[in-house]
Amino acid sequence: MRIAERVRALLGGDAVLEDTGSPDGVPRIAPASPDAVALLLGTARAEGWRVRVEGAGTWMQADAPADLSLTTRRLDRVPSIQPQDLTATAEAGIGCDQLRQQLADHGVWLALDPPGLAGRTLGSVVATASAGPLRHGFGPVRDHLLGVTFVTGDGRLIQSGGRVMKNVAGYDLTRMQAGGFGAFGVIVLVHLRLRALPRVDQTLILEGPREDLSRMGDDISAAGLTLAALELLSPALARRERWALAVRLAGSAPLVAAEEAGLRAATGGLFTALRADEAHAFWMRAGEAFATRPVAFRIGGLPASSDELLDLVQHQVGDEWVSASPGVGTLRWAGDATVDRLRRLRRALAVLEVPLTVERAPWPVRRAVGHFGAYREGVGPLVAGLRSTFDPGNSLAVAIESDG
Amino acid sequence: MIDRALVDALTQIVGRTHTRTAAAERATYAMDGLTTHTRVPGVVVLPGSRDEVIAIIRLLASHGVPFVPRGAGTGLSGGALASEGAVLIVLTRLNRILTIDPANRFAVVEPGVVNVKLSAAVAPHGLLYAPDPSSQTACTIGGNVAENAGGPHCLKYGATVNNVLALEVVLGDGQVVQLGSPGGEPWGPDLVGLFTGSEGNFGVATRIAVRLLPVPQAVRTLLADFTSLRTAGEAVSAVIASGIVPAALEMMDQSCIGAVEDSVYAAGYPRDAAAVLLTELDGRDETAVQAEAESVDAILKTHGARSVRTAADAGERARLWQGRKKAFGAMGRLSRDLVVQDAVVPRSTLPGVLEAIGEIAARYGLRVSNVFHAGDGNLHPNISFDSRIPGLTERVEAASAEIMAACIAVGGTITGEHGIGLDKLRYMPHIFDGDSLAAMHAVRRVFDPAERVNPGKVIPMHACREWAGIPGVRSVERGMRNGNHSALRTSHSALES
Repeated sequence: MRIAERVRALLGGDAVLEDTGSPDGVPRIAPASPDAVALLLGTARAEGWRVRVEGAGTWMQADAPADLSLTTRRLDRVPSIQPQDLTATAEAGIGCDQLRQQLADHGVWLALDPPGLAGRTLGSVVATASAGPLRHGFGPVRDHLLGVTFVTGDGRLIQSGGRVMKNVAGYDLTRMQAGGFGAFGVIVLVHLRLRALPRVDQTLILEGPREDLSRMGDDISAAGLTLAALELLSPALARRERWALAVRLAGSAPLVAAEEAGLRAATGGLFTALRADEAHAFWMRAGEAFATRPVAFRIGGLPASSDELLDLVQHQVGDEWVSASPGVGTLRWAGDATVDRLRRLRRALAVLEVPLTVERAPWPVRRAVGHFGAYREGVGPLVAGLRSTFDPGNSLAVAIESDG
Repeated sequence: MIDRALVDALTQIVGRTHTRTAAAERATYAMDGLTTHTRVPGVVVLPGSRDEVIAIIRLLASHGVPFVPRGAGTGLSGGALASEGAVLIVLTRLNRILTIDPANRFAVVEPGVVNVKLSAAVAPHGLLYAPDPSSQTACTIGGNVAENAGGPHCLKYGATVNNVLALEVVLGDGQVVQLGSPGGEPWGPDLVGLFTGSEGNFGVATRIAVRLLPVPQAVRTLLADFTSLRTAGEAVSAVIASGIVPAALEMMDQSCIGAVEDSVYAAGYPRDAAAVLLTELDGRDETAVQAEAESVDAILKTHGARSVRTAADAGERARLWQGRKKAFGAMGRLSRDLVVQDAVVPRSTLPGVLEAIGEIAARYGLRVSNVFHAGDGNLHPNISFDSRIPGLTERVEAASAEIMAACIAVGGTITGEHGIGLDKLRYMPHIFDGDSLAAMHAVRRVFDPAERVNPGKVIPMHACREWAGIPGVRSVERGMRNGNHSALRTSHSALES
């Protein structure tokens, strides 16, 4: 019996979205519940099927060699939004745009602006730990998670964390899932830490030569302002003639007013405020651009080395589609890069003790360089142990390590 | 008991002065801050360097002897207790601050650095280390990492896990691994996040890189008092829902207020109040912080505060905080013994849960004082009692279990910052199913296949569903026989070639 027929018998006819719709003819399965994901993966383990996981199909290329493709797109419910507690529980397959809207209806906000298209799923954002410019003010993806429920490669449903603001009961497996690229299981449910919608959300922008803006970014960081985002964007990404330094302020009216005054004092009042619709379009387009190139990666350095890292990236792979958070030290790049180029860049960064994480790339590139590349001494066996613990049959088609 | 030859070998590593073998010496380490659990270690060693830590752990690995890492012993879950068959490794002599990098706002410290001393050391740079457990004048950063410690100001600035960037860890077999990077980006999966809060089960952190934050230039501390606990709980929800994020939002009930006011830590809290709420706003700009303080003042009054007072100066602010942070100590006046409980509930359920705790206390005839992180919903019901009275300890245990059940029933959890240790083992099956507990156990075995590091803590083995195979464990063991002694630095040769 073909896999699609087996799955129909197992999960019902509507779980198989198409028999041959994927470019490589792999059946695409859309379980409708966490239990159905567990049933499917348990069966896959028993049958020796290799499974690739996708969300809405808008971020990671769905091209890993596999016997079936598991999409979380039918896991799109939001079982709980608790505005008075600033928490929510959402299934992993909900699109970020839909989630944002539902939260906004309750006056709350998930302070994450991941790269990618608006419909990118929550599970994808968590699995890749893709924070955007708001990381400056609100921290990495893991800081927004209270807990996750995931299904192991052999079909076990595991809860980690909880639904409350603090929780140290047991080991925090949520941290392993955030940025695990699905190597340790399929995320099905996410418990989120929210914030009240900011009363004021203001974006200011300054264009100019990269060197001048970098220096200004350092000055702004040193001033200790309370910013939601401080981002340096390449002209293509900012859709401007020159590089752009963008500042986002979010919070109460007095706070935003004070920080805007502080910003102008620190920079000589050069920034221009965007209208709300302009600001929305500016950030959205910048984020979307990362999904339109075949390769995207992030690197995590130190704030003081932000400019040096930009130089290095420019030298190795160019700087057409790049943004940097000088206050955090992170940098995100998109474009077309060969395996050799990526390896060379990773080596150069390793000398500076800076990790490079491949966020999206065609399978041959992912397989060759891995999301993480090689590990530092002693870490590889730990990750291998965790992988085989949570995916004992090696059912999940994920390339987190380099193959050479 | 620990073999004599092994004791001699340990003594050779750390010296006679730093090896404790006499019964009276070992008894010093029989408890942590939670005095209801007692275990006397077989031997106690106090290494003075990371190399000594590595040598000790490798020696113990070669003998197959379990060990327990310990900081200042201020933990509140029995997590740092070792039995007669285990060696207690006390890390308080590893107390050096190795790096302060003001430009990149991070520091690298040894695990025995006392929490408050780090903030003092970085203060000249206008920086601070945010996690501030009540025991911060004694507790160590290493212990904070093991427990994922919190504190009043983690409402705004996060708990320990949100402030740790990188770790050097000695695994149970003596292998040294570097996790994370000083920039905070994981080098692979987030093993720093996984290690933090693992209660010493995954190894010993010997070097810790932490994030530093600018010292806020403007601070307002407000003391509000209420005539009922329920009203105070409702006011907490109103502040949180307003969108203003206080740096801290702490509550004390009447019993706690009385204990503090009777002590040397008297802060001027109104004794007749059913509860007081201590709210702190901070930031860079005086005008903005003042505006937020006025908003919070209005919210508190609208939601039933009898009065709201703003600390007039730094001295009054320090006094208000001293009363809060020393509240546990002040409760020593109430009775001979104290059980400090720790649970977290959704913030909106605080009023009902506080009433339920009061009802449980009344039913068991116990004095329960509440002092807690209201902004996080992190409760600390403290039960005062005299363990010499026959049957009273059992009543305290039963009441504690009911309090935990009440918290779990509203969607809460059994610990927000004290950890599971020994004390909360019995509650773990109430919040995790057998598969989830077994998954945690399997993760522990990846880091510590022999289960010799702080054995018997965190995971109630009887409740784990069978986790067939636990594959990967053997391959992990095979891969752990090399050393890397660099201090939170990358071994470049190990990186991709």
